[in-house]
Amino acid sequence: MKVAVLKFPGSNCDQDALYSLREDVGVGAEYVWHEETSLAGFDAVFVPGGFSYGDYLRCGAMASRAPIMDEVSRFAREGRPVIGACNGFQILCEAGLLPGALLLNAGQKFLCKDVYLKAENSTSLWTQGVDKVLRLPIAHGEGRFVTDEETHRRLVGNGQIAFRYVGPDGSNNEKFNVNGSYEAIAGVVNERGNVLGLMPHPERATKELLGSTDGLLILKGLACVLA
Amino acid sequence: MGMPTVRVFVTLKPSLLDSAGRTVSGALQKLGYAELQEARIGKMIELKLDTYDPDRVKEMCDRLLANPVIEDYRIEETVA
Repeated sequence: MKVAVLKFPGSNCDQDALYSLREDVGVGAEYVWHEETSLAGFDAVFVPGGFSYGDYLRCGAMASRAPIMDEVSRFAREGRPVIGACNGFQILCEAGLLPGALLLNAGQKFLCKDVYLKAENSTSLWTQGVDKVLRLPIAHGEGRFVTDEETHRRLVGNGQIAFRYVGPDGSNNEKFNVNGSYEAIAGVVNERGNVLGLMPHPERATKELLGSTDGLLILKGLACVLA
Repeated sequence: MGMPTVRVFVTLKPSLLDSAGRTVSGALQKLGYAELQEARIGKMIELKLDTYDPDRVKEMCDRLLANPVIEDYRIEETVA
């Protein structure tokens, strides 16, 4: 039972992802270079954060067209778990595997801090174990999730909103919407619920030593499926 | 005749907040250009081609250069 941690030129959260999956989530994990064309032997995919292709053109644009992405699309179609954090979220949106897009933060600044998240959908494998407000780190300049009203209605109807930015007590308040995302959306899933993209980094919150273990509540969804 | 050069202008959809453009607009207003209502930033991508096939350039835009979720694009042909 193994998770493929993708590596693109400019990925920089791949080591964190591999370490947390192996050490803290307790599943097998191996790197897969973006030029590979097969995910044979793997059961799930972690698309890590970073600055793939220098964020040129649009964040995640070039990475989303890499050879390995055909296989990631196949995993998505087949209902296998796929998670993208930060640049990984941008890549999955650019690949058309998730709705919406990520733009420059409303306040223009790169944000590196902890945020609070509330799971909006308890049916996907990624959110089923989330029974409290999560505290997770973010580190991004382009994390403002955008979508149109009609798509948002559809996402709400389908239970595709995975996480929203909230206050420490779980309250909805625009002041906690750190990057100005549409309806404070921090993460979404595909229709089937097996593909999750989110701006915060669950892989950076899997040990007390790191300040939070809340990332495990998301990542353990993976372990359930793989077990 | 030089080689065909095509310019692709990619712009953020008007309904979306252009936060970088807003910063530029604020700076221009501080420089005294009170008449400025809004500044929006886009990209210009210049393509030098052996031959210009409009369908293929449109395909380039659709497949990589622009993201239809957030952007519009316009193709302009010039001959260098």
